[in-house]
Amino acid sequence: MATTHQSLYGYIWQHSRRDQLVILSIALAAQPFYFLTLTLPKLIINGPIQGEGFESPTATQNFMRFVVGFPEWLGSQWTLLEGIPLDRTSYLFALSLAFLALVGFNGFLKYLINTMKGRLGERLLRRLRYDLIDRVLRFPPSHLRKSKQSEIASMVKDEVEPLGGFSGDAVVWPVFLAGQALTALIFILVQSFWLGLVSAVVVLGQAIIIPRLRRPILQLGKMRQLQARELAGRVGEIVDGGADIRVHGTSNWERADIVRRLGRIFDIRFELYQRKYFVKSLNNFMAQMTPFIFYAAGGYFVITGQLDVGQLVAVIVAYKDLPGPIKELIDWDLQRQDVQIKYDQVMDQFQPDGMTPPERHAPATDPRSPLAAIELKNVTAIDDAGFTLLDDVDLALPLNQTVAVTGPGGCGKEALGQLFARQISIKTGTVKAGDDDFFALSESTASRCIAYAGPESYFFPVNLTENLLYGLKQNPRDGAASERSRREAVRAGNPAFDAEADWLDYEALGTRDPKIILERLVDVLTMVDLESDVYQFGLQSRLNPKVSAEATDRIVEARIALRERLAAPDAANLVEHFDPKTYNRNASIAENILFGASTDPIMQPHNLTSLPHFQRVVAEEGLEQHLVAMGQSIAETMLELFRDFPPDHPFFDEFSFIPSSELPVYQQIMKRAKTSGLTYPDRAKLSVLPLRYIEARHRLGLITPDIRERLLATRRTFAETLPANLKPLISFYEEGKYNAAASIQDNILLGRVSYGVAQANERVNVLIREVLDKLDVRDLIIEAGLAFHAGVGGKRLTTGQRQKLGLARALIKDPQLLVVNGALANLDDQQKTNIVDRVLKHRAGKATIWVLTKDDLADRFDRVLVFEHGRLAADRQQTLREAAQ
Amino acid sequence: MSILTEVELLRRIPLFSNIDTSRLKLLAFTSERLTFENGAILFREGDRGDSAYLILTGKVDISVGSPNGDVLVASVGANNIVGEMSLLCEIPRSATVTAAEPLDTLRIKKDQFFGLLRDLPQMTLEIMRELALRLNNVNRELSAAHAKLRAAGLE
Repeated sequence: MATTHQSLYGYIWQHSRRDQLVILSIALAAQPFYFLTLTLPKLIINGPIQGEGFESPTATQNFMRFVVGFPEWLGSQWTLLEGIPLDRTSYLFALSLAFLALVGFNGFLKYLINTMKGRLGERLLRRLRYDLIDRVLRFPPSHLRKSKQSEIASMVKDEVEPLGGFSGDAVVWPVFLAGQALTALIFILVQSFWLGLVSAVVVLGQAIIIPRLRRPILQLGKMRQLQARELAGRVGEIVDGGADIRVHGTSNWERADIVRRLGRIFDIRFELYQRKYFVKSLNNFMAQMTPFIFYAAGGYFVITGQLDVGQLVAVIVAYKDLPGPIKELIDWDLQRQDVQIKYDQVMDQFQPDGMTPPERHAPATDPRSPLAAIELKNVTAIDDAGFTLLDDVDLALPLNQTVAVTGPGGCGKEALGQLFARQISIKTGTVKAGDDDFFALSESTASRCIAYAGPESYFFPVNLTENLLYGLKQNPRDGAASERSRREAVRAGNPAFDAEADWLDYEALGTRDPKIILERLVDVLTMVDLESDVYQFGLQSRLNPKVSAEATDRIVEARIALRERLAAPDAANLVEHFDPKTYNRNASIAENILFGASTDPIMQPHNLTSLPHFQRVVAEEGLEQHLVAMGQSIAETMLELFRDFPPDHPFFDEFSFIPSSELPVYQQIMKRAKTSGLTYPDRAKLSVLPLRYIEARHRLGLITPDIRERLLATRRTFAETLPANLKPLISFYEEGKYNAAASIQDNILLGRVSYGVAQANERVNVLIREVLDKLDVRDLIIEAGLAFHAGVGGKRLTTGQRQKLGLARALIKDPQLLVVNGALANLDDQQKTNIVDRVLKHRAGKATIWVLTKDDLADRFDRVLVFEHGRLAADRQQTLREAAQ
Repeated sequence: MSILTEVELLRRIPLFSNIDTSRLKLLAFTSERLTFENGAILFREGDRGDSAYLILTGKVDISVGSPNGDVLVASVGANNIVGEMSLLCEIPRSATVTAAEPLDTLRIKKDQFFGLLRDLPQMTLEIMRELALRLNNVNRELSAAHAKLRAAGLE
């Protein structure tokens, strides 16, 4: 770490000086009032209650008389206020009310000080957290690659937390405690110089020894903090690497590592306790040393007559006030050191070399000046391991060509791509954009002019539209944020940015019309071959009918159109429609009874048995015995089919109605069925089985005409007697009505694709698309698809989809220079070729640098750079004719 | 037609003739019942095969490509199996199979079939026996053909 950071006190003082001083002065100003509350009771008891000064019935005392006493040599006293004369009862009430008022006032001051301290602490914490995250945003890429996100999160979130609570007490508290201790000490000194000296020596001893003993405790605290942070890091790894841990069967290895770490943390913490309580008891012991000396030595002095009893008692009483503040002062010092260590520990981690200077992240103020031609001169770059990435590269790039960068893997072409995204830094040489240092360009200029799509793009857990438009949210916009929140942000050293505002750069998009923006999105999605995926997402998504009543009407129209199309002879039997009056052979028994869609887990077909309403209806319709009979039949078949398979055989998951672990249970049930008869739990277990049964798929011939009628009757009763609290949870399938709980596709189909018809799914998909295209509802579906949530890190998308989306995100910016760096590595050759062709056509006349994973597409570019061992081995311009060939 | 009928039909296929009823039931249960319209193509010559089709009702045409277009080699009706070689090894389909009538089939997938063999050695032995018999037949026919050729003085 090259730079050292500011000390904790420096940081606190610099950013909260004013508040600290205000609090301190309020606290000091409160002291006289505090003192008054302590003396008033004495006045009340001595005066009006015991009658001191009211010896005669007509005697009065002056209320609020204020006299300042001076030492004799300054001339006795000075009356500030004469006060109001009051008789005994009034005086009692006046004093009591004054007491009440003072208590209230003191409470108010305390409240004021505490809130001010709290606010100060929270502001400082907010500032520190912001500073840390700001630093993360400015980390050099190489440091980011090495950082563990959960450790950083634990530092920003937990480790700096105590600083907030501490900073409010950083100045006021020690001043206060020291003042109290000093007062007590001075008082003792005045009473008896020698005894005072003894207590001063003991206090001094405490102040020297205890912190020394605490030093190892602080060291342990430091270790505890590091271990806890590492644990957080490991937990993060276990979550991120969960799939690989399972694949490699190393869960026990991970357990072992965690056990070791927890053991280490336990040892540290236990030693910490031991030492802490040892120091605590020593501290207590030392605090009791002084009274011991008072009793022994003081007592001896009294016996020998060198000290009178009154003085000794006064000293002992005064001493009562000394250990408290001293102890708290020592505790406070411990807390200070603890926070100091935490602060140092955290700050050390946020000081890597090569951080981007803050100015470079400043919002753009310049007009949208274009980027000048880029020129590399003698550029050499190495990676973290010292391996040469680029070796003495000279290159001039006028920003009007399409350039292919080729060569074998690891030849430096990838590094060249990263260089344009400023993801690597160079060791020697210069990179210039016109006259400017390319690496010193401001973030806003560089990212506006250059779009980069690498092999691994990160996506945020928001919907696809927001991910696609992510690159167009660079410059702060004003929103409706209140003046108060803005001011508060500035007071805590945060920039006054408004995340609620619409940051989208409409100027770069060239339009504000949402329709045109959607068109633009569809264009780039088509370009990268992602449009049909998004279309599928759309079909699988749900529309909110309240938001888009028009859209749902169109879907119902599509349903009718599809139904007509499916009536044609070539498409008959492809789909079995949901008809309230007929049993659907392609749906399960549970689906047939439920006959509706729900987004609530309790109303899902597989959870039906635990629904009391369902149990009631089944009993009413006399279906129970039939379910048990069907269950017996299924159990019998399953036992016959799967008894010889090992428990982990894939067939169980794919085909069996009974999981392998349950097979013995059902074996027992079936045995009882033949001998002693079924028990009640047996019947319950059996009646669950048929609910998943789909006649057309499983073909066990269970749905006889009689059963069918009963199931239909159950369906009717289930809907008719549905309790009011369940009604909002389910939308029944109804002809001519949009079902809000079902996906768009299910709404269009309103039925099930038939099992057993060759390629039924593919054919139905084609038909749906035809129908939707004819009705011109494509945009609607795409829009619904764009609302698809990408998941954490885009994990709900496949690798291929993520790569395509990364390229699309770069394309939508329509940048001056597009850099594509192995962004299509996971796609097959045909897709790759198509995408390259479409993108190049779209980018005609604009600068594009494409780092190709395979060289065979190079002939489509104006210029080809060939890299070998980090060197630029060939640089060929291709004429258009060549390129066309 | 329920699974039991399918089992009866499976039993008539030589490859499966010696296998237990319960195993055939499992084979039927893990297979997919598929219908094809008249003229639909089950699979094409050269495709990578992943399943065999047991014809339950209807008829298929088997044809192979030639320089003069597809040539009809055979027509096969109910209770026959087509594409069974792909259950055992991954070779491209040797012919194109088209539904010559509306067709009802049982599609046996290679993965499921292998799943059965892996854990049921008895069944594997039965299949091996059947294959050995076939091989023996082929060998015999081959040597007979050789003998004919030699007799005709062509070798």
